[in-house]
Amino acid sequence: MLSELGHLPMDFLLLAAAVTLASFGFIAGRLRAEQFSFSGDIHPNSRPNAHGYFVLMWSLVPVVLVGLGYIIFGEGASRAVLRSELPDGFSILTPGELTTYLDTVARAARMPGFLSGERVFDTVTERYGEIRGTINLITLCIAGALSLSGMVLARRCLSPEFRARQHVESGIEWFLFLCAALAIATTVGIVASLVFESLRFFSEVPVWDFLLGTRWNAQTSAEFGALPLFFGTFMISFFAMMVAAPVGLFAAIYLSEYASRQVRAIIKPVLEILAGIPTVVYGFFALLVVAPAVRSVALWINQLLIAWGLADGAVLAAQPTSALAAGIVMGIMVIPFVSSLSDDVIRAVPQSLRDGAYAMGATKSEAVRQVVVPAALPGIIAALLLAVSRAIGETMIVVMAAGQRARISPDPTSDLTTITVQIVSLLTGESEFDSPKTLSAFALGLVLFVITLLFNLVAINVVKRFREKYE
Amino acid sequence: MSDPVASPFASERALKRLRRRRAADRRFKWYGRLAIGFALAALALLLASIATQAVSSASYHVVAFDLNLDKKTFGTTRPDDPPPVDKVYGLVRSDLLERFPEADTDPALRHELMGLVTRLAVLPVAREIVRKPRDIGTVRRAALPLSDDLDLFLKGATARHLTVPVGRVEVDEDELPAVTLTGAGAFEHVIAVASLEAMPELGSPGAGSILMTAGASSLELTRLTTSEATGNLLTGSIDDFRAHPVRARLIPAPESERTISDRQIAWLLALKADGRVARVPHWSLLTHTDSTQPELAGALAAIVGSLLTLLITAALAIPVGILASIYLEEFAPQNRVTGLIEVNINNLAAVPSIVFGLLGAAVFLGAFGLPRSAPVVGGLVLALLILPVVIIASRTALKAVPQSIRDAALAIGASRMQTVFHHVLPLAAPGMLTGAILGMARALGETAPLLLIGMVAFVAEVPRGPTDEATALPVLIYSWATQAERAWEPMTGAVILILLAFLIAMNGVVVFLRRKFERRW
Repeated sequence: MLSELGHLPMDFLLLAAAVTLASFGFIAGRLRAEQFSFSGDIHPNSRPNAHGYFVLMWSLVPVVLVGLGYIIFGEGASRAVLRSELPDGFSILTPGELTTYLDTVARAARMPGFLSGERVFDTVTERYGEIRGTINLITLCIAGALSLSGMVLARRCLSPEFRARQHVESGIEWFLFLCAALAIATTVGIVASLVFESLRFFSEVPVWDFLLGTRWNAQTSAEFGALPLFFGTFMISFFAMMVAAPVGLFAAIYLSEYASRQVRAIIKPVLEILAGIPTVVYGFFALLVVAPAVRSVALWINQLLIAWGLADGAVLAAQPTSALAAGIVMGIMVIPFVSSLSDDVIRAVPQSLRDGAYAMGATKSEAVRQVVVPAALPGIIAALLLAVSRAIGETMIVVMAAGQRARISPDPTSDLTTITVQIVSLLTGESEFDSPKTLSAFALGLVLFVITLLFNLVAINVVKRFREKYE
Repeated sequence: MSDPVASPFASERALKRLRRRRAADRRFKWYGRLAIGFALAALALLLASIATQAVSSASYHVVAFDLNLDKKTFGTTRPDDPPPVDKVYGLVRSDLLERFPEADTDPALRHELMGLVTRLAVLPVAREIVRKPRDIGTVRRAALPLSDDLDLFLKGATARHLTVPVGRVEVDEDELPAVTLTGAGAFEHVIAVASLEAMPELGSPGAGSILMTAGASSLELTRLTTSEATGNLLTGSIDDFRAHPVRARLIPAPESERTISDRQIAWLLALKADGRVARVPHWSLLTHTDSTQPELAGALAAIVGSLLTLLITAALAIPVGILASIYLEEFAPQNRVTGLIEVNINNLAAVPSIVFGLLGAAVFLGAFGLPRSAPVVGGLVLALLILPVVIIASRTALKAVPQSIRDAALAIGASRMQTVFHHVLPLAAPGMLTGAILGMARALGETAPLLLIGMVAFVAEVPRGPTDEATALPVLIYSWATQAERAWEPMTGAVILILLAFLIAMNGVVVFLRRKFERRW
């Protein structure tokens, strides 16, 4: 009986309960309000609907809170209960193994009538189903009881003088605030999860070994020196900026200073298409076109050097996937980030500065180079910083086109690996959650988060100050 | 501009300097043009390279089979049975062996022959037999996809080959199994083309292959002179060489470097001569789910997975984002908490997407114990990811509504809540909607966070609910693009086009909404 309750579709049940109780609440409140609003010469403070919404609010909130609590804690609670009931024989399992075992149990319990044939496992699964059933039952009862009492209490408040609309509106305002505060919750969640898992990692691997070690071999052996990853990330971002900075900047200058209105109206959206293309498509492009091209150019240079007697063997590694290929494609991807923002700041430079330059006899390019760009420099730097931060955090292009080998090599045609590539390769595929291997991904994530956060904060502040200066 | 000679620039030096400055001005303008040209060229190259890939996979080759679904073999099939794949494949197998009896005796050759059509290719036919048992007892004509490597061969993408017409020749079969074709100077062209292709002499290491075909029969040459060609019969009969004009097929790549053998090519050419091979539109790319065989794989499961994920994302991010923007724009007092929220939103918009994946892995999978690879988790993560985008766009839309509207509503006694929900929100709705759609477009293209929550698993069934195992379109692109086999490349291109089509449609809606509802106050 109880284990059958464990299979209840709780999300739908809770949703149905919420909808039913809420509509009951509304009807109850509205009927009560109608009694006194149509009874002659009393002028109620609020219209009947507002009373209805007031009761609805108090019958809905408890269900929502209980439901959220169930979603967040339900699984953990039932596992904790199960874990406390497990016989002593299970103590030979390590915590990681126990988690995996419980995962299997939970999956088996989700399939009605599933029997593995192994007695212990089936008993545990059965018991788990019972615990789930109990918790489901308790949850539904609590939700129903709280909701009904909320409904009754709220209905008792209603009277012609009761300011139902004001109460409802402040309730809505609270809800709006909660929605906005979700942004804070997300940041807190990110920081908390990264820091928490990283601390567990650093309790096993010293921080300095991680930050300054030069050997990274997380997959096979426990070597967690992340310096080669930082180097690869830096190199690829550097190549990306070598493409994006000049192209983006000159494109922005041309669009804002030289291009006619019509040209600008066409070119600007077309450039922004580059920002709208999914990065996985860029990755495919890098793999299909750019990496082979880089490789054949590198092979050609090798041959040329040997033919001229400047080298004995191959100078460039000419790998099928290379840092340069990933960098070039990433550079193409971030062009619109540079050009769009630079364009905005260049256009924000007051016309009087340009007019002053022309009055002194400057040509257009002299005015741009010596007056407009220096005036817009903070904004341009911010645009470049945002682009760098974008390049550092970019994942798919490097996963597909940069390679997996962690090493420090100045050769642009060799394959390098980056922070993001390693995070992906560490966390894809089935792996237990508690090994240092998985935890190291979170430490890398923390580094990535901190670096990009610094870049963004600086960039956002610079832009803000720049705006204040000219607007 | 006035004539420089009449201006203060009278001296030769001043004139020279002016010319230099003007040249610098022109150069500077050209740098800008070059930069834009580079960006546009990169975009064009990107789209063109994907489009060419996609076009080549828009159609594929199928082989027609007449499958005799006799009552003896299939009579016992019940509607709930598993599809009788092996029985149907047995029919295909016997059909092929009957057509090419030379493969019947040698297990290695049989294996090669079966490489033309893979076993799972008959799955749709087998499923249909179970679904419609009244077909049993009839002969069913089925078009089964050709193996991917042979398909690419016919498209000219692997094992590039050239066809040279030879015409009628004499046939000499005195030294069977070797057959010699003779004709004065008949093979001059073949030799000329072979030397143009820099093919080493037949028989030497690294030499490619030359097949002589006539009708449905093929010879593999071992020796070639201008008037004599000697080779072994791969398939068919010698009579074909007497009855039909002969063609030479040169395959410059040596057999050991190819995924397909000469014999498979000969069989394929024979089937083609029989009129059983056809190039048809590749609809299975849209109607099949993922497979280990490129010719059988399709994107349906990924499309459905993406839609389920986006549904969850939309259900969460759009209402929450719009309500949050209303709070920040219309109700928030100027205090520390609000300031903190503002800074937070701006920062979250620039956090790398992979960090949201880590959040999903640690919190949703780790702490909440939600299932791996499920659209519900993907939808949650993507919702958090696009929330800042939606909030920022909605705030812009709210800011665009003039203050006079609010003042008018407040002046006739509306509460602040009524002002916002009855007057401001309807006016800002189109702008909010465009922001929401742009956010959804961003979510549709995101890959990295989905990889970290396990949506990269191989999914062979269409997910039926938000908690089933699923994958998404961009993740499918990633997993196909990183496969080793050559045939995945064009298919990846096709899936990218599907994804881009969705994105273009979403952006089209945005442009339409802007055109229709944009108003200046």
